[in-house]
Amino acid sequence: MNRRFGKNDVIFIGFLAMFCIAVCIWVYKGGAVEGSNIVITVDGKDYGTYSLLEEQTITIGEGETINIIEIKDGKAYMREASCPDQLCVDQNEISFDKESIICLPNKVVITVISDVQSDVDGIVR
Amino acid sequence: MKKKTAYLGVMLALALICSYVEVLIPFSVGIPGIKLGLANIVIVFALYSLGTKEAYILSIARVLISGFMFGNVMAIAYSFAGGMLSLTIMYLLKKTKLLSVISVSIAGGIAHNIGQIIIATLIVSNYSVMYYIPVLMVAGFITGTLIGIVAQEVFLRVGHLLRVR
Repeated sequence: MNRRFGKNDVIFIGFLAMFCIAVCIWVYKGGAVEGSNIVITVDGKDYGTYSLLEEQTITIGEGETINIIEIKDGKAYMREASCPDQLCVDQNEISFDKESIICLPNKVVITVISDVQSDVDGIVR
Repeated sequence: MKKKTAYLGVMLALALICSYVEVLIPFSVGIPGIKLGLANIVIVFALYSLGTKEAYILSIARVLISGFMFGNVMAIAYSFAGGMLSLTIMYLLKKTKLLSVISVSIAGGIAHNIGQIIIATLIVSNYSVMYYIPVLMVAGFITGTLIGIVAQEVFLRVGHLLRVR
């Protein structure tokens, strides 16, 4: 056990690195597509779908456990949360397809979805 | 055995100090779940110098105590799942006697983050959490490498002092 680094290690680490890269490609293969809506789920149940085009503030929950989500300039972010760690508030704003902000203590998940139909038909505004 | 108990106590204290130091360092990359995991240096070192059973005892005690001191019940659940999965993987890899401490630690780092994400998925019951897996795997790879280098050097230099078996 006195050897520091051997041939086995090179093979093993190379294999792990390839595995990591493969998972990255598999999950992110879609590339960055601008999303159009956000879906909010609370405790695994659908809470609502909101458009990223409208500037709005969404307040979830009442009393002690609240999450305030704000949509501005086509991006969504968590403005305020009652959770103790505040990790969701520290997260960057989201706007790309499948990006998400998750508040684990309050079980709130915000996910960006892209409206596939609008890519085909287009919406005249 | 008496000596081993004393070493376990010293290492538990060391692991807790590492957890405390980590709370003091403002290290955030905007993605939850990514930490240096300094205390894992002690766990990896214990796995090699004291033994498997001792490493498990140390890991469980560290998660519980540091969870009560610096975290909350949720933090304990995540650390516990990550710690147990990573220790089990590291134990199995160490048993093959083919790999150095660094490789074992990298696998442990990745396993730690995968264990945490499994618990996170179960708690929020939403699969979008899975989207973090690649980021956390890369983070586990990097922190695992750093921790492996430190643990290996410490073990090779002072590990023979702790031979109590």
